[in-house]
Amino acid sequence: MLERALTGSTRYKRLLGVLLVFMGLGFAAYLTQWNRGLTITGLSRDVSWGLYIAQFTFLVGVAASAVMVVLPYYLHDIKAFGKITILGEFLAIAACTMCALFVLVDMGKPMRLLNIFIYPTPNSILFWDVIVLNGYLLLNIFIGWNVLEAERKGTHYPNWVKPLIYLSIPWAVSIHTVTAFLYAGLPGRHYWLTAIMAARFLASAFCSGPALLIMLSYLVKKYSKFDPGKEAIDKLTTIMTYSMLISVFFVGLEFFTAFYSNIPGEMDSLKYLFIGLDGHHNLVPFMWLFAILAISGVVLLLNPNVRKNEKMLLAAAACVFFSMYIEKGVGLIVAGFIPNPLDQVHEYFPSLPEIMIALGIWATGFFILTVLYKIAISVKEEVA
Amino acid sequence: METGRRNFLKIGGLCTLGLGSLRLVDAIAKTEEPKFLLNVQALSAKRWAMAIDMKKCWEKGRPGCTDCTLACHSTHNVPDIGTQKEEIKWIWEEKYENVFPRQESGMEPEAIREKPFILLCNHCTNAPCTRVCPTKATFKRPDGITMMDFHRCIGCRYCMAACPYGARSFNFRDPRPFIKTELNTTFPTRERGVVEKCNFCEERLAAGKIPACVEACKCKALCFGDLEDPKSDVRKALASQFSIRRKPELGTEPGVYYVI
Amino acid sequence: MKMYDGKYILAGLIVFIVLATFPVWFTHGKAAPPPELKLDTPVIAKMANKQCVLPKEEMITGHMKLLNDWRTQVVRDGKRMYVASDGKTYEMSLQNECMKCHSNKTLFCDKCHNYAGLQKDADPYCWNCHIAPKENK
Ligand code: HEC
Ligand code: HEC
Ligand code: HEC
Repeated sequence: MLERALTGSTRYKRLLGVLLVFMGLGFAAYLTQWNRGLTITGLSRDVSWGLYIAQFTFLVGVAASAVMVVLPYYLHDIKAFGKITILGEFLAIAACTMCALFVLVDMGKPMRLLNIFIYPTPNSILFWDVIVLNGYLLLNIFIGWNVLEAERKGTHYPNWVKPLIYLSIPWAVSIHTVTAFLYAGLPGRHYWLTAIMAARFLASAFCSGPALLIMLSYLVKKYSKFDPGKEAIDKLTTIMTYSMLISVFFVGLEFFTAFYSNIPGEMDSLKYLFIGLDGHHNLVPFMWLFAILAISGVVLLLNPNVRKNEKMLLAAAACVFFSMYIEKGVGLIVAGFIPNPLDQVHEYFPSLPEIMIALGIWATGFFILTVLYKIAISVKEEVA
Repeated sequence: METGRRNFLKIGGLCTLGLGSLRLVDAIAKTEEPKFLLNVQALSAKRWAMAIDMKKCWEKGRPGCTDCTLACHSTHNVPDIGTQKEEIKWIWEEKYENVFPRQESGMEPEAIREKPFILLCNHCTNAPCTRVCPTKATFKRPDGITMMDFHRCIGCRYCMAACPYGARSFNFRDPRPFIKTELNTTFPTRERGVVEKCNFCEERLAAGKIPACVEACKCKALCFGDLEDPKSDVRKALASQFSIRRKPELGTEPGVYYVI
Repeated sequence: MKMYDGKYILAGLIVFIVLATFPVWFTHGKAAPPPELKLDTPVIAKMANKQCVLPKEEMITGHMKLLNDWRTQVVRDGKRMYVASDGKTYEMSLQNECMKCHSNKTLFCDKCHNYAGLQKDADPYCWNCHIAPKENK
């Protein structure tokens, strides 16, 4: 099937070309990091994780896109999703790959990566996260590929794939839970030390994943002969709406606990994010943008007419996706480090090479996604 | 006494087992030549700990004294990077409000508010850093020291996120050009990409010496010893004065105590 | 059958074969003399019985494993004394023990490693941290 990725319209090739340019720039930036170390980033002694780990955290959420189409299709037999499970699975592959790359570029000693497997350490959540993420990646590769192959041949996929599909559902839940546990179990990081962290991760994943999937489905429909189907999009919209409401509700819960209890440690990070702390307010504009986008998204989605109108729906999905991006991919990680354990505020802002590396990885992800979607769509077009 | 026959048998059985296993150990010891041993002169303890008497430091020490920091950083080839962003430090000074955040009353004596406190790795009993490390590069030794294995560290910095005391530093760049103290050629430096912190001078303990900072402090403000030994200096210092630890509410059980 | 541009193809083929086999015959020519390893350091000079930690043969083939064991013992188990099979004791330390005797790192360790074709920066990565002895070259 792979050969389908090699042929295509000029638009397809141009897109791949543009992505390749970004990948090249990112790679060049990574070479400087390889040679000079993480000093080229904006990371510091106090904010020791930044853009990379934040992107990783957000993308774990995007990887959930798969389960949100697979679960209704296989468990509840909602036929509408049959056509787009492959889109969800391939999106998960791209997202997981990006996650792995972001963890890799964040390491101080990437040559020693294998130490994680040579000295397995079950009490470390990071160890488990590496396992579940790679497992989820493999699951989706196996499932997606076999199902698509079967569709091309006009047969039913092999029977051994079915258990894998069922396995992938709890597995998807595990990647969020484990990733949330990375943060939620650390004493002394008040902003992360919250029991609803895993629930927040799941909720935001189940809105940002479908949001991206809705936007991608629209692009697929527009630029190919394959139509994911209105019903599937409607169902995805419903999922996204509920998850978004729950996500916003969860953020509200954090605010309530912090500010009603009036415990300084609980309030500080939220203050830093939304109004600034001790005269430091790098992230304030971002977080207000988050608030505006989130509220716009909710308002739009609650209106049934919007959900029926394609353009408006796309706008709502974009609001959801980018608001959740800011919440996870910008705010969550950095604010965990501010104030630092000594109650001082040392701010963080990513450096240019750091941003280039991150863009390069996003481009890599979209490159993989484009190629995989191209293959899937070609097969769908042939079969149709 | 209510000791029945059953208990007698139990205890008797255990004793025989114990004696038997002693013989076994002997037999093994005779056939297998011991190859790796503790240094004979090594200092050992069940739980190394430190008591820092800040009053002594402020009253007897000269103002601006940094003997302990200097001694430590030159013993361990700790670089002076020169920026707050990439600072590397094993033992350093900070103000009361930063060392004990949320414990300020706001009405403390001027001295407490303004004078420096000494900070270092707490060598916690329940160390969060060792809990999160994905490769066991940082781990607890049986004597309570939280140790770093620089050969194994992958530089993921999870331990830095986990440490509630800000005790860990990361080598963002090659530290060698920044070692401003005279190089100690018996102790390795570190290299780019690994995390480092105070090691309670485990290499000096192995050679029968007390930690460099303790040795360097002329006013004897730092007191080091075995917390499990009632006769140790630390225990005596803690038994006779009121002391506090940093962030006790986190359950980490720090091994560094402050007498104020 | 006529071969168009036959001579170019042939020439190209020859160049290719020469290039592809370059590593083989190039190193072959140089491989002949094993390096002369200098053992003339002050500490070794004073030794009555010039012996390494393990017998020479074992050292040559097994010193990387020995060092690995040493560092595991020291860093992870806190043991620092090594009793060799002949009963002699050593401090398990790369920079304080091995290099005390072999204080001519460039003429000893490095020379053999270069000869053995270890990658230049693969082996001496220990020396990113461990401090090599001062040598007057
Ligand atoms: C007490 C001094 C001493 C110490 C300590 C010592 N060596 Fe040696 N080493 C020697 C001597 C002497 C020889 C030559 C032995 C011979 O020729 O039989 C030697 C030989 C060797 C050889 C073989 C060289 C050859 O001729 O091919 C190697 C490899 C070596 N040492 C490595 C090490 C390493 C690695 C360490 C640390 C673990 C170490 N040595 C510690 C004295 C020492
Ligand atoms: C007789 C030649 C010889 C001498 C002398 C020698 N080495 Fe080696 N060493 C080797 C070879 C060959 C290897 C590669 C083994 C392999 O790759 O399996 C090696 C590997 C090593 C390694 C492992 C490198 C890695 O990347 O894992 C270390 C560490 C090492 N040597 C240290 C030393 C030190 C220190 C000395 C000097 C005291 C020394 N060697 C002297 C031949 C030598
Ligand atoms: C990231 C820095 C770093 C690198 C790279 C490194 N070490 Fe170490 N090594 C240390 C430190 C720090 C110690 C602890 C010293 C102590 O506690 O006395 C140590 C201890 C050791 C010890 C035991 C104590 C001593 O003084 O030597 C041995 C043996 C050792 N290392 C061997 C090696 C070998 C072999 C390599 C290369 C394959 C290597 N190390 C690479 C930092 C490093």
